[in-house]
Amino acid sequence: MPEVDLRRVKPYGDHLQDGLIQLSFTLPVPEGQGARKTALELASKLGLDRPEVVHDQRLLDGYTHFIVYGHCCSTADYTAQQVDELDLGYMSEDEIEAYAEEHIGRPIVVVGACTGSDTHSVGIDAMLDLKGFQGNRGLEGYRAFDAHNLGSQVPNTTLVARAIELDADAILVSQTVTQQDLHIRNLTELVEIVEAEGRRRRTILACGGSRVSNELAKELGFDAGFSRGTYPHHLATFLVRELAARMERAAPVRSGV
Amino acid sequence: MQPMDSKLALDVGLVESCRQAAAQIADRIAAETAGRTTVSVERTVARFLGVDGINELDVPLPNVLVDHVHDRDGLGRGVAHWLGNAMLQSGRCPQEIAEAVSAGELDLCDLPQADAGEIRELVARECELRMGEVSRRMDDRRALRERLGGTPPLRYMLSGTGNVYEDVVHSIAVAETGGDVVSVTRSTAQSLLEYVPYGPTTEGYGGTFATQENFRIMREGLDEWCERNRRYVRLSSFCSGLCMSEFATIGAMEGLDNMVNDALYGILYRDINMGRTLIDQRVSRMINGYFGIVINTGEDNYLRTADAVKAAPSVTASQFINHRLALDCGMGEEQIALGDAFEIDPPTTNGLLYEWAQAQLTRELFPNCPVKYMPPTRHMDGNLYRTHACDTLFNLITIATGQGIQTAGVPTEGVHTPHLYDRVVGLECVDYVFNYARDIGDEIQFRPGGIIQTRAREVLRQAHELLERIADVGMFRAIEDGTFGDVRRRIDEGRGMDGIVATEEGYFNPTVELMQGAGVA
Repeated sequence: MPEVDLRRVKPYGDHLQDGLIQLSFTLPVPEGQGARKTALELASKLGLDRPEVVHDQRLLDGYTHFIVYGHCCSTADYTAQQVDELDLGYMSEDEIEAYAEEHIGRPIVVVGACTGSDTHSVGIDAMLDLKGFQGNRGLEGYRAFDAHNLGSQVPNTTLVARAIELDADAILVSQTVTQQDLHIRNLTELVEIVEAEGRRRRTILACGGSRVSNELAKELGFDAGFSRGTYPHHLATFLVRELAARMERAAPVRSGV
Repeated sequence: MQPMDSKLALDVGLVESCRQAAAQIADRIAAETAGRTTVSVERTVARFLGVDGINELDVPLPNVLVDHVHDRDGLGRGVAHWLGNAMLQSGRCPQEIAEAVSAGELDLCDLPQADAGEIRELVARECELRMGEVSRRMDDRRALRERLGGTPPLRYMLSGTGNVYEDVVHSIAVAETGGDVVSVTRSTAQSLLEYVPYGPTTEGYGGTFATQENFRIMREGLDEWCERNRRYVRLSSFCSGLCMSEFATIGAMEGLDNMVNDALYGILYRDINMGRTLIDQRVSRMINGYFGIVINTGEDNYLRTADAVKAAPSVTASQFINHRLALDCGMGEEQIALGDAFEIDPPTTNGLLYEWAQAQLTRELFPNCPVKYMPPTRHMDGNLYRTHACDTLFNLITIATGQGIQTAGVPTEGVHTPHLYDRVVGLECVDYVFNYARDIGDEIQFRPGGIIQTRAREVLRQAHELLERIADVGMFRAIEDGTFGDVRRRIDEGRGMDGIVATEEGYFNPTVELMQGAGVA
C-alpha cells in the first residue's frame, strides 16, 4: 500500500491520489448538449481533469441541473494548517465544574440571545437551556454558570442592557439566518454597542451559528465563534478558561502565598 | 375524505371526552375575548371597505385611518362607524376619505353624527358589494381548483428567496416537478410588524415579505403556468403575527388557496400577546372559512422546541382545540388542515413506529380534516444524504396513513433556504414513494396491543388528561404554565397588547356581521 503524502493531499475516491470530486450544481440554461458542454467547461475551469457529466436534468424551462465527477489536479498541505485553538482540549462537564470552582469560585453570569430579526432560537437554546443538545446539558444545568437565555428576536440593545443589569461576565449571541450576510451586520452592531457602553474589556463576547467560524468571529471583534458541531461543554470550556485567565491577569498572584 | 376503519382500536368514549373538553376550552376563550376588537381587526374592516395604498411616509392607509380613530379614542365604536358617517356626510368613498385623513384635511371624529341606523345600512351595503366581488372570484377559482387541482396527499413546497420574481421561477420548478401547493415563507420577523408592507419586494431575510402585490405576482405566475399545462397549482401564505386577519383579507382578494393560520405559533415563538392574537385569529379564520381557503395549523412547531416523543400528547391536545376553534369560526372540516410532524430524533429505536402511531392517530381522530404533515427539520444537520433517507421514510408514513397535505422535505434542510434543485430532488422522492407504496395503508393492520397501538392509545390518554387540565384552568393559564412547546407566556405581556380595544355601545363590524349572516360562526 502506498502511504499518504500529508504534504500533498488529494481527494480520495477509491484509491490514493485519484483526486475524485463530485459536484452538483444548476445552470440557468436549457437542457441539451450545449448545457452539458457548458458544465464540462466550467468543471475544467475549476481545475478538474477529465470531468464527466453523470447526470443532467431539466428543472424547468431554462434551468438544468448537473452531477459531475472530475479529477482534482491540486493538492493541499495537511501539515501546514493552522489548527484553531478552540478545537483542542475540551473538558467534560465534571472537569468544568471542578475547574470553575478552583479558578473562579463564583457563578459565571452568562446572558445569551438570538438577536436582531432572527427567530431561530435553536442554537442558543441548545447552549443555554437545561435540556441542552443531544444529551449534553446546557449551561443552565451547570453549577458554574448563572445562565440567562433571552430567546429570539432580541434587539442587540436589549441584550446589552440586560447584560449590564446582571453585570454579566459573558454575552453569547446566536445567528442562524445568514441570507445576504445579515448575521455579519447584526454581529458587528452588537460589538459596537458593547464598546459604546464601555463594557468590551470586561465582557467575554462569543457568537455562534451554522455559518459562524472562530476566524470570522475574531475578525468582527468577538473573543470566540462557535460553529456547527458545538456542544455546551465546548462553549463552557472556553468560558471558564477565558474568565480564569482574565481574572488572573487582573489580580496577579498575591505575594506571600 | 372517507373515515377509515380504526387500525388503532381507540377508545371511542375517550375521544368523545376529548372533543367535549376542547369545546369547553374554545367556549372559554370566546367568552374571555368577547367585547373586544383589535387595531388589526379594524384595519381588516377598512380593507374590505376598499381602503388600500400607502401615504408619502409609506404608512398603509388602513393603518393611518385606524390610528387616526384610535388616537381620538373612537375605536370602541369600530372604524366602520366613523367611515360610514364620513361617507354620509361627505359623499366620498372610503378610499377618498382615508386619503383626506392622511393629508390632514379631515377629522373623522369631529364631523356631525348621522343616524346610526343609516350609517350601518350604508356600510353594510358597501361591504356586501366588495366582499361579494371577492366571493365571486373565489367561486371561479374553486371550480378551477376542483377541475384541475391535484388529489391528496397534496405535495406542498416552500419557497422564499426574498425576491418575489425569483420565487415565481422557483414555484414553476415546483409545478413542473408535480408540486400541488406552493407556499412562500415570509421574511423573518414580518409577523412582528403592525402593518402589511406594500408593493412588490425583492429583498427579504429567510423569506419574502408577504404583500398584496407579491401575492398577486405569485398568483399570476402560477395561473399562467396552469393555463399552459392544464394543472392547477395552489398558492399558500401565512395568516400569522400581528396582522392575521389582514392577511386573510388580502389572501382572499388575491385568490390564495391555503393559509397557515395559528395564533399559538405567534404566542409561543414570537411573543405576541395571547389575548390580542386569539381575537385576531377568530376574525382571520372566519374570513378564511368564508372564502373557502384551507388553513394549516402549527402543531408541528411544538416538536421543534420540545422532544417529539414526550410532546406528542400536547400535539394531539392542540389539534382538538384548534379543530374546535376553527369549527366555531364557521370553517368546514375539509378546510381544517391540522398540524403534525415527523420530528422524532433519528437514532431513536423504533422511532418509525412511533411516527406511524402518531400519524395514524391524527388521521383517525380527524378523518374529515386534510391534516398538514411536516417533514423532519429539527434534527437535520447538514448531512444531506441522511436527511434524504429520513425524508424517504417520512414520505412512506404520509402515504401509508393517508395524510391530506404533505410538506415535502428537502435534503438541505438545516443548511440553507432550499435551492432550486433541492426542491426538485425532494419532490422526486415524494413521487417515488407515493407511487411505489400507493396502497400500503389498505394492506396493513397493526398487531393488537403491539408497539404502534399501545403508543397511539397512550398518546391519546395523555392528551385527554392534558385537555381536561386545560379545560379546568383555561387556555390562557395553560399557556402560562408552558403546556405547549415548553414555552411560557403571560396573559399580560407580549407584543401587540396595546392594540386590543374594548368595544362600546354601538360598535359594529360589517365584515363579521356579513359572514355571520351567511352562516359563518
